[in-house]
Amino acid sequence: MKRMKVITSLFAMAAFLGVAALAVGLHTHSATPALVLMGGAWVLWFAATMKRGARPAGAMPTADTPHPSYLGPAITARVIDRRTAIRLLGFSALFYGPFRGIPGLLERLVIAQPTQLPPARIRQWAMIIDLRSCDGCQSVESPPRCTQACIEGHLAPEPMQWIEVFEDELEGDGTRFLPTPCQHCQNPPCVNVCPVAATFSTPEGVVLIDQDRCIGCRICMAACPYDRRFFNWGDPPVPTEALLAEYDVEAQVPARKGTVMKCDFCPDMVRAGALPYCIQACPNRAIYYGDLEEDIASNGREVVSITRFLASTDAFRLKEELGTQPRVFYIPGHGEAVGREPTRTGRMRTVWPWSRVAPGSRRWSR
Amino acid sequence: MVTSGAWEPQMEPLTEWQDQLEETTLGPTRRTSARYFGLVGFLVAVLGWGSYAYYVQVRDGLVVTGMRDRISWGIYITMFVFFIGISHAGTLISAILRVSNATWRTPITRMAEFITVVALSTGALFVIVDLGRPDRLGYVLVYGRWQSPIVWDVTAVATYLTASLIYLYLPMIPDLAFFRDRFAPRTSVWRHRLYRTLALDWAETEQQKASLRRAIGVMMILIIPIAVSVHTVVSWIFAMTLREAWNSTIFGFFFVAGAIYSGIATLIIVMAILRKAYHLEGYLTNRHFLYLGYLLAAMAAVMIYANISEYVTTGFKLEEGGEFLFRQLFVAEFAPYFWFYLIGGLFLPPIFMAVKRMRRIGTIVIAAVFVDLGMWVERYFIVVTGLRAPLLSYEPASYAPTWVEWSITAGGFALFALLITVFVKFFPIMAVWEMVEERKAMTAVLDESSATAGERS
Repeated sequence: MKRMKVITSLFAMAAFLGVAALAVGLHTHSATPALVLMGGAWVLWFAATMKRGARPAGAMPTADTPHPSYLGPAITARVIDRRTAIRLLGFSALFYGPFRGIPGLLERLVIAQPTQLPPARIRQWAMIIDLRSCDGCQSVESPPRCTQACIEGHLAPEPMQWIEVFEDELEGDGTRFLPTPCQHCQNPPCVNVCPVAATFSTPEGVVLIDQDRCIGCRICMAACPYDRRFFNWGDPPVPTEALLAEYDVEAQVPARKGTVMKCDFCPDMVRAGALPYCIQACPNRAIYYGDLEEDIASNGREVVSITRFLASTDAFRLKEELGTQPRVFYIPGHGEAVGREPTRTGRMRTVWPWSRVAPGSRRWSR
Repeated sequence: MVTSGAWEPQMEPLTEWQDQLEETTLGPTRRTSARYFGLVGFLVAVLGWGSYAYYVQVRDGLVVTGMRDRISWGIYITMFVFFIGISHAGTLISAILRVSNATWRTPITRMAEFITVVALSTGALFVIVDLGRPDRLGYVLVYGRWQSPIVWDVTAVATYLTASLIYLYLPMIPDLAFFRDRFAPRTSVWRHRLYRTLALDWAETEQQKASLRRAIGVMMILIIPIAVSVHTVVSWIFAMTLREAWNSTIFGFFFVAGAIYSGIATLIIVMAILRKAYHLEGYLTNRHFLYLGYLLAAMAAVMIYANISEYVTTGFKLEEGGEFLFRQLFVAEFAPYFWFYLIGGLFLPPIFMAVKRMRRIGTIVIAAVFVDLGMWVERYFIVVTGLRAPLLSYEPASYAPTWVEWSITAGGFALFALLITVFVKFFPIMAVWEMVEERKAMTAVLDESSATAGERS
């Protein structure tokens, strides 16, 4: 009786795992978890069909080693010879094919989405920052306006500065200002190390983060050589209105606790015909945004040919030697085009101007 | 050597010796002292405190730790690297020494293998503790990308854990059967059932023995490359990023050597404690500590060599950025840690072993404690110094663990100790069957030689 109970429950568990495998396979469109569950189901099935009673010849109890009675009836593992094993393996392999195929098949039959054709031309977004025209907003006596506009446009939590203006020492006397957004590398170290593909490159060459996928392991922050990734260490201090937004990967609003964020290159804005916030806000029009494919970029006032512009201005990229191939180009300078003396150092501190932040949120420093 | 009874020829007859050994092994399961309960109570309390700290962390987020954007990994990752390193104790002692037929290791294999399993579980737990979104842990399985070093780690650690569980279990089957038979008439039902299930009908038939030997033979070879791969890919979590401090081809080797080094040290400490607590002096002799001490000294030499290779090749050239790293390590913020590791963790143990008068159990255990402390500190400064070096022109960040981090870390150590403490109450702490088999073989050889000696005279 007891044995029957065990066997019945084993069968039931095997059936349950089988159904679970199917469900998970359909849900995730991935064969791996389904296969793991199938394996479990197979093992349980095998256990349930295991024979009890007679021992195989080799393990027969002899007079010297009687099978002790308190052990209950001797259990005999089902004897599998090589051929049976191969047959079983083949059977399992047969399961594999349909399992991979079923989700896609069902989707095509039941959901039947129209296939989207790729546009004839895929934009390749790029940014050019003319350091000759950047004075760290000293002339307008304001915190760097690109950073401010980015924060206000993206409702970025304190203390994130997705485009941050660093002050570099020059070789001689004085400094230069270096506005630094995410470099949108074409060989992005962060994307290469992400275990769950939460951060990824789009066909337009933009690196994005899916905060609904990110597990918060922070290996991308260790991998990024530009210090351009920010973590939501607690419930992010965002303005209350951010909580009303519907989450979108290209906007990253609202911010989510325990995930990584960064500059998203505003492809949604550009597609809608507007320049990113940082470019709109720059008082000196130092930042250009454009499409490498069409070889054209604009700072909102003039339009340039990217290739000719870069060639004629000795443009460079940050840490070129690392092979990351950024999509952000810099034109060397220290604000001379807008009359800044390199010895005039310092810039104003960035502020997060929210009057009210999300209830229960925590502030932290960088 | 006077104290070693177990391995000297011409001692008491085999059956008596075997009875003695079996009694000693059963010892922990028979007597449970108030001090034992005191220890378990203490460990559970620490673990409970750590769990509360983790609850706070899950509730409020990682903001309760000292980590921030620039130093985004701290003592959790240190604990991960440290404990995965400790787990190499089992591989070295039971696999490498087994392959090389060093029979002296037999009494300590069980402890080494158990340390492996427990340390791996504890270490893996700290990766989960470090996650910003532990609720999404399953995503690693569902969306895992084989290109990511983290997925290499998950794969390697899971494989190693499976392999070491099997490798712990296989040689234990005959001993579990021995427990099953011994406890048969007079123990609780569930305990009897536990041993009966785990012993898999072991009746010591020739066929069973042959199968078991073959299985152990396969596993002991298999587990060595797995273990090496584990700490190699752990080091690659760091070495696959574009950080100057971690940009080193020697990192895999360096981490594996350090892992074995700290593994031996932990084994020595655990051995010493169990020896005292359960009167294993007859089996864990001076000789065992001495040999492990020598192994420790040898690994210290390997580590010193690796350090020289690493720091001289980068320090001689002192490329841009390298200077910052050297300064913070050798003279500035991390200098106390670095010099403690170098002097206390690497040079002290071989010096101890070089002086004949120092080759005593007490001294060797002290050396082992220094090694473990030194290696923990080394893991710490490898993680933190690598992240601290500024990538652009900003002031270097600072990192100090908070009470939450220290509490969870203490909880991790308590979990490690608790699992070992509970294990010795339920499972044979020495490989009785193997020890008896080897003793039999040795007696046979001795009998033969004395017989031939008798014929000659």
